[in-house]
Amino acid sequence: MNIGLFIPCYVDQFYPGAAIATLQLLEKLGVNVKYPKNQTCCGQPMANSGYEHLNGDCNELFIKNFEQFDYVVAPSGSCVLHVKEHLHSSKHPQEASVISNKVYELSSFLTDVLKVESLPAKFPHKVGVHQSCHGQRGLHLSQMSELVADPFSKPGTLLNMVEGIEIVPLNRIDECCGFGGTFCVAEEAVSAKMGQDRVADHLIHGAEYITGVDMSCLMHMEGILHRRGSKVKVLHLAEILNAG
Amino acid sequence: MQNVTKNHAELATEFNKDEERVDWHDETLWWVRQKRDKAAHQLPEWEYLRDTASKIKENVLSNLSGYLQQFEENAEKNGVIVHWAADAAAHNKIVVDLLTANGITKMVKSKSMLTEECHLNEYMENNGLEVIDSDLGERIVQLAKEPPSHIVLPCIHKKKEEIGDLFHVHLGTPEGNADPQLLTEAARQHLRDTFLTRRAALTGVNFAVAETGEFVICTNEGNADMGAHLADIHIASMGIEKIIPERKHLGVFLRLLTRSATGQPITTYSSHFRRPRSGKKIHLIIVDNGRSKQLGREDFRNSLKCIRCGACMNTCPVYRRSGGHSYHSAIAGPIGSILTPNLDMEKYSDLPFASTLCGSCSNVCPVKIDIHQQLYKWRQVIVKNGYTPKSKTVAMKMMSFTLSSPSAYHAGGKVGRWVLKYAPFAINNKLNPWYKQRDMPQPPNASFGEWYAKNRKE
Repeated sequence: MNIGLFIPCYVDQFYPGAAIATLQLLEKLGVNVKYPKNQTCCGQPMANSGYEHLNGDCNELFIKNFEQFDYVVAPSGSCVLHVKEHLHSSKHPQEASVISNKVYELSSFLTDVLKVESLPAKFPHKVGVHQSCHGQRGLHLSQMSELVADPFSKPGTLLNMVEGIEIVPLNRIDECCGFGGTFCVAEEAVSAKMGQDRVADHLIHGAEYITGVDMSCLMHMEGILHRRGSKVKVLHLAEILNAG
Repeated sequence: MQNVTKNHAELATEFNKDEERVDWHDETLWWVRQKRDKAAHQLPEWEYLRDTASKIKENVLSNLSGYLQQFEENAEKNGVIVHWAADAAAHNKIVVDLLTANGITKMVKSKSMLTEECHLNEYMENNGLEVIDSDLGERIVQLAKEPPSHIVLPCIHKKKEEIGDLFHVHLGTPEGNADPQLLTEAARQHLRDTFLTRRAALTGVNFAVAETGEFVICTNEGNADMGAHLADIHIASMGIEKIIPERKHLGVFLRLLTRSATGQPITTYSSHFRRPRSGKKIHLIIVDNGRSKQLGREDFRNSLKCIRCGACMNTCPVYRRSGGHSYHSAIAGPIGSILTPNLDMEKYSDLPFASTLCGSCSNVCPVKIDIHQQLYKWRQVIVKNGYTPKSKTVAMKMMSFTLSSPSAYHAGGKVGRWVLKYAPFAINNKLNPWYKQRDMPQPPNASFGEWYAKNRKE
């Protein structure tokens, strides 16, 4: 099984630790992982701002980088959702459609494709789990509080395999953190308030770490934690699953 | 964006100056969302109901002209006088002409978001006619000379103390008294007098049944009934999308509507109007006002399924923290943000961007409108029509160029330069909106790409 590792641009630049953990975790599980070095970005920043029509070259580059793999795996629900919904190509429509179907967010790749049932991970800390919206509501990584349906959680299933971890409860189990791409600067007041409220929920429940499947949400909450001088840290899900 | 008036971000910034009020507004609406969840979870068939409602509306939208004609024919058989209005101006003129022809100068009106959309109150006042809103929340905002901030809870932005002050000035309640029971009683006496003395009453319409020609109005206060039953002339205004094919379909919608809106199993009053009583008249105005245009927009036609429950507002983390008035439109929140650009794309070009695209709105919607997907699609349409600032377009083009070229990306990325250049939050100063309330991430020594090149050999 050949896996193409897709690392979102801001993770590549700002959070290499999350990417390294993703790579090491997949290697530990015995799959053949390669990182195509010419990758850049999925094009989501342009698309969500209304400029999807500028993404032609970006899409072609993505297809060129990832078409040869059996699966494409990324430590991000948001970027994967974007590729699934908006990777189009007039030159290579077939290839684009194949990639949209073989791209996986990390936790769902572990639970649904590799069918992981145990992990050698240890993380003896209190952890708050942030449900990133695009992963949860877009990719259905876990059940959503709005729907009348049985609960499940792919990241939760994996975290439960980690020795010593304590997941803290939250008052609002799946409210948005307010990052929203360019929303975080265009709507600064509401975005920051949403982030502050989300962080407060984790803090009052005694979380030592906040984790999730998307580094973008975690970057937002980290910015607020730092500003407050809080010692609480953010870690990508992969970093906890790869810990110990 | 390019509005003459303030846009959503600016209005939301003003709202957020009072954090205590933002918290109160957020908690109040979150409480309504929780009541909705509780009501929904009591019905194991909830998702099936949503699906059914969505499909019934799908059928309505695909056969709208036929159902409208069937409805008109049956309503006329029942003795209802049917009027058609192409737009807001035509609607308002019909109302005023009806009142003038009957020598009526004062009208009582129950809640109708359509008349808010048409700015009927303003038009009537300009024509020297008086209109009193009889829904308590609407009466409160009317006294405050404000538009409603929510389609179901029009004065949800007001605290009871502020209502006490308003009632003291307008209804003569004791100064400084904010006792809800006292204030409600004062409103009740004031409105009772209005109901008894008005010869014309205007109501909205929640559902219009094509099969029977009847229409249904849902209220919790019974104010639509009080107005309509006591007046000589009942004017009912409805958008063309209010049609449902058969009476049996009401069971689906009535079960969904109030559970979604407030968490109640059903509205206190679900009143069926079929034919006028002897000596009385019912006039029904069927209004298009942009709806047929929206019906023709393939990506956005499903927005016309909306039954105006307000669930998307209550769940929206942005709405709860920016307030209904920040949307500067008759219908606020996520649904307003996909409906209003159809009416005036330039004026409302900011609204589809007032969202993180979290998707909670689509999940609570009782008729399964893909609200967040439509927000995304409106963004594309608004940009293509040129209603975004030029500076944003330039920045996006540069970003697109960089991200399409591995060498440009790597060169820029080495010192995080591309971020500093093209992402506005990269500079730690007061002009940087990210930095105002949040710290920047600590840049690492090497990118993952650089780490990989050193640590994994091909």
